[in-house]
Parts: sequence; structure tokens; C-alpha cells
Amino acid sequence: MYSILVERVSKTWSGTSAVEDVSFTVKAGDLVVLLGPSGCGKSTTLRLIAGLDTPTSGRIVIAGQDVTELPPAKRGIAMVFQSYALFPHLSVGENILFGLKVRKVPRAERDARLAKTAEMLGLKLLLDRRPSQLSGGQQQRVALARAIVAETSVCLMDEPLSNLDAQLRLEMRREIRALQQRLNMTMIYVTHDQVEAMTMADRVILMRGGRIEQNATPAELYDRPGSAFAARFVGTPPMNVIPAQAVAGRDWALPAFGTHVLGDLSIGIRPEAVRLDPAGVPAEIVAAEYLGADTLIETRLGNAPFVARTAGRIGMKAGDTVHLAWSPGDAHWFDRASERRIA
Amino acid sequence: MNSRLSAAVHGWLLLMPAMLLLVAFTHWPAVASFIESFSSTPRPRRPSRFVGVANYEQMLADPVFWQSLANNLWFALGTIPLAIGLALLMAIWVNDRIPGRTFARMAYFTPTILPMIAVANIWLFFYTPQYGLLEQVASGLGFASHNWLGSRETALAAVALVAVWKESGFFMIFYLAALQGISPTLAEAAALEGASRWTFFRRVQFPLLMPTTLFVLINAVINAFRTVDHIIVMTRGGPDNATSLLLFYIYQVGFNFWDTSYAAALTVVLLAMLAIAALVQYGWLERKVHYR
Repeated sequence: MYSILVERVSKTWSGTSAVEDVSFTVKAGDLVVLLGPSGCGKSTTLRLIAGLDTPTSGRIVIAGQDVTELPPAKRGIAMVFQSYALFPHLSVGENILFGLKVRKVPRAERDARLAKTAEMLGLKLLLDRRPSQLSGGQQQRVALARAIVAETSVCLMDEPLSNLDAQLRLEMRREIRALQQRLNMTMIYVTHDQVEAMTMADRVILMRGGRIEQNATPAELYDRPGSAFAARFVGTPPMNVIPAQAVAGRDWALPAFGTHVLGDLSIGIRPEAVRLDPAGVPAEIVAAEYLGADTLIETRLGNAPFVARTAGRIGMKAGDTVHLAWSPGDAHWFDRASERRIA
Repeated sequence: MNSRLSAAVHGWLLLMPAMLLLVAFTHWPAVASFIESFSSTPRPRRPSRFVGVANYEQMLADPVFWQSLANNLWFALGTIPLAIGLALLMAIWVNDRIPGRTFARMAYFTPTILPMIAVANIWLFFYTPQYGLLEQVASGLGFASHNWLGSRETALAAVALVAVWKESGFFMIFYLAALQGISPTLAEAAALEGASRWTFFRRVQFPLLMPTTLFVLINAVINAFRTVDHIIVMTRGGPDNATSLLLFYIYQVGFNFWDTSYAAALTVVLLAMLAIAALVQYGWLERKVHYR
């Protein structure tokens, strides 16, 4: 059963299209991440679902109701904005209750819901403060509380953690995920941070240039990226995608399917799948980055940068030659022209 | 120590040009007026001498002063809320994405650019009996003829309306600037919660505009007690002092009757009233309007 259906939705701003022919569904209770670089149309897609913008064409259905023409308030959604959009003149409590007051929820129920939400998010002692008296993380919690107190089944999040520091971001993404599962909310979460996408999502929708590049679970996205773009976008450091001629003559590295000309292909290897092996492809070290648990060795292979990740410290420096190898099963093959996955 | 001293000297030297002008044309005249208000007006045969509070006593007994003060209070009461309300309304309207927004903004701001003298002459034509614009419209609709500036009942309201017309566009600019400082995501957040336009204005925009309202209010109060140009052009305080405002009365006493000491005393009273008004507004209201 799906909770949100987006069907062939496009959005054009005076001639330039921000979102082009986007279709996907979100299962009830799932957390779906819209992932992509800036300008890929992920935030626009979210705003179309929220009703803050209207699509040029296409249809949006939420909980069985066609909401394409409905104003945001009638769509049964809550939203957390990147800037939090807290009302600076209202106290935390009033901010959280703003929507319930507008919707004329009776006072007793309002108070009960406020108490419950404040408890859940640890805001009980802050209810009388103004947003300007809170830290960034606390403001984020208030924004979350405002979305949760509405008790809508669908919650939209527009890069909610991008204004927080790294440590806080780690905590908040766990907390948001836990809340989402506990309250069984359907959530669409926009981010450009692939770590957030991989750790939080039930499904990831990767976008590029206003279109969906791949719609998959995090594991699928990592294991079988649908295109060279998806391969490079997910994983740190990103997958090495290089022209296939670089491995010409190495029988173990050639594709198992024989119908392609090597010049038309790209080969993709994740840095963590590369091992140092005397039988491997020789490459010169450009730089070595020691990270503690492992070392990133940057080399050049077929004139393209190629990164290998090895455990621990290696006693080599720039200018040395290493031999790189991987198991054939770890190789991803892409068509060089279209960038689509072949095998 | 030496460098600190020379920095201070430099600072004062830099302040000097502006300071000299201010002292010569603002501070000294203010102090001089204050001193002069305790002396008699010099006459060819009777030089000025210290008279204590005689000028102030004269003021208490002067019916035209009381009439001007009352007129001025009514004028302020009539113009300030109306001008501010209109300014707010216009600002909210032209802040929206409407077609012809730039034109509307410009149109609203135009009266501010015009000199008050010109504005007064335009409105003088509107109000003229028999062939004025207002008269032509009124007679076209079958209403009786009325001399707007010539009758005691309507003259003050008529000049007040001119002030509103002239000022609201100016105040609109401040509101517009403040409105554009309010993040548009607040409107979106409110829309998601189902807040109507009015609710959003009442619960969010208006409270967030309070600092601007305070600023505009203080300016409006000062302006209301500083108005003189269009009174001179349109009514000269008449009929029967019905439109005599404080500053106009000061002008009359000082430059028509040449009773400069009495005019100085009137000026001191006017300044004192404005200072008290500003102090009350800043001291009392300011605590209620700032959220950050």
C-alpha cells in the first residue's frame, strides 16, 4: 500500500524545467530520501508534494486523495524547513502549538499534545524560551516538534540537518529515524548528503538534472548503481569509474560478457574493493592519505584518478608504483556514452 | 598614552565639520530659544530684559495657544493611525507578487517626493468651492456645495487628509523594507498549518513589524507637530483658528507678530512635548516590540 504517489510530475519555471517527468511511490511508514546535488530538483519535488508550488503537469496523490490542486493545509502533511521557519516572536511552546491553534483544536487536547511532544523531544524545560535563545540543535528540535504535534501521517523534510555541526547531525539523524519508526510516519526527506541517505532511508531516490537517476534501497544503490553518476555519488570516497582500456590485456579484469568493444565501456571499482596484489595493474602513487583505520592511496590508471583503500598504514609515498587488483565480481560496467549500467 | 591622545584628537577633528554646523544651526538656536523664552521681546525703545516665566504665564492665558494645541492633538489623532494603517495596508499589498507591482510601489511613493507646497496647491484645487475637483464630483452626484477649507467643521479634517495622503507613502517604504526582511518560509510554514492570510498577518507579520511600527509612530508624531507648510498655503490657520497648529502658531507669533520671546517660549513647550512623547514611546514601547 502506498501513501504518496507522484505521477509524471514536471515543473517548468518560465521555460527552464526544474523537475521533468518524475514518478515514484512511497509506501506507508517508509522513509524515502530524495538525494542529489544542488539544483537537481529534489527540493522542488518536495515543494510540489507540499503544495508550496504547483506542478506544470502530472498528478500527486496522498493517502488516496488527489491533492494536485489542493492548498498545502488540506494535504494532511507536516513539513520541516531547512531554515526551521520558527516564528521569532513566539515562545517555543507557542511555536509548536501554532498550527493547532489555527486549526482550533480544543485547549485541553492542545496542552496534552504539547506535553507529549515536548517530552518526546526533550523540550520540556525550553517551552517558554524564544527561538533566538536556543542553540541550532534545539531550534531543530522545535521545528521537528511542530511537525510531529500535527500528527499527520506524512512528514516532509527539506535538508533539516544541513545547518548543524557534524556531531549534532549524527545524533539528530538517528533520532529522526527512530521517531519516524516509532510514530510510523511516512517521510520524504531531502538531502544532498549521501551518508544521511544511506543511513536513514528505506529507499533512496537519486535525482540529477530534474530527473530520477535511480530509485532503490540503499544497499541496491551501493551494490548495483544504475549509472556512473549514481556510482560516483554514493560512497566515500566515491567509486572509481575509468575508461575500460585501462585494464586492456588483463584477462582477469575483462568483462565476462563478450559482446562489447572495450573502448565503449567504463569500469567502476569501489576503493574498498581494491587490493594490492603483485599480479595487478601497475599504477603510480600520486598521494597517500592516512586516515587512521585505513589509508587512501590515490593513483592514476589510464589517465584517470583511481583511489584504493587499504587497511592500516602503508610504507609507500608519492612516486612509488603499486599493483592494483580486485575480484571480477566487484567490477561494475557502464556504457561510456550513456553512462548507464551494463553489468 | 600619547597615541591614544592623538587618536582622540583625530576623532574630534573628523567630527568637527559636522559638529560645527550642528552647533551653529541646531544646538545653539535651541539653547538660545530656551534662554530667550525667559526674556521680553526687544523693541526699539525697550531692550530685552529678564522677565522670568512671564511668557509662560501669558501662554496659559492665551486662548489661541490652547486652541492650537487642541487642534494639533486632533490633527495627530486623525492623521497618525490613518497614515500608519494605510501605509501597512499598501506595503502588504505591494509586497505580494502582483502584476504591476513596481508601478504600484512607485505610485504610492510619489506623494513623498513632491514638495509639501506643491501638494498643498494640488489639494487646494481639489477643495476649491464651485469649480474644485471635489465640488465637481459632488455636484455631479447631486450633493450640495460645500466649502471644505472655508468652514470651521471641515477645515481641520481637510488639511489632515492632505497630511495622510502625503505621509502614508513614506511610511509604506519602511514597512515594505521590514516585510522583505521577514523570511518567506514563515509564510510557507503558516500556510502549511492552514493559517489564513489574516491569521498570518495578525499572529506573525504584525508582531514582527512592531519595531518598524514604533519607528514610524515616533516619526509620525514628530511630523504631526511639525506640520506648517500646507497650513500656510491652504488656510493660514483659518477659518477662525480652526486649522492653527502649534508650529503654525509659533510661526505666526514669531514672524507675523514679531513677538520672538513668546515664540521662543512656545517653541520650548513644543520641544518638551515632543521629547516626552519620544521618551515614552522608546522607553515604554520598545521593551514590548523587540524579540531578538
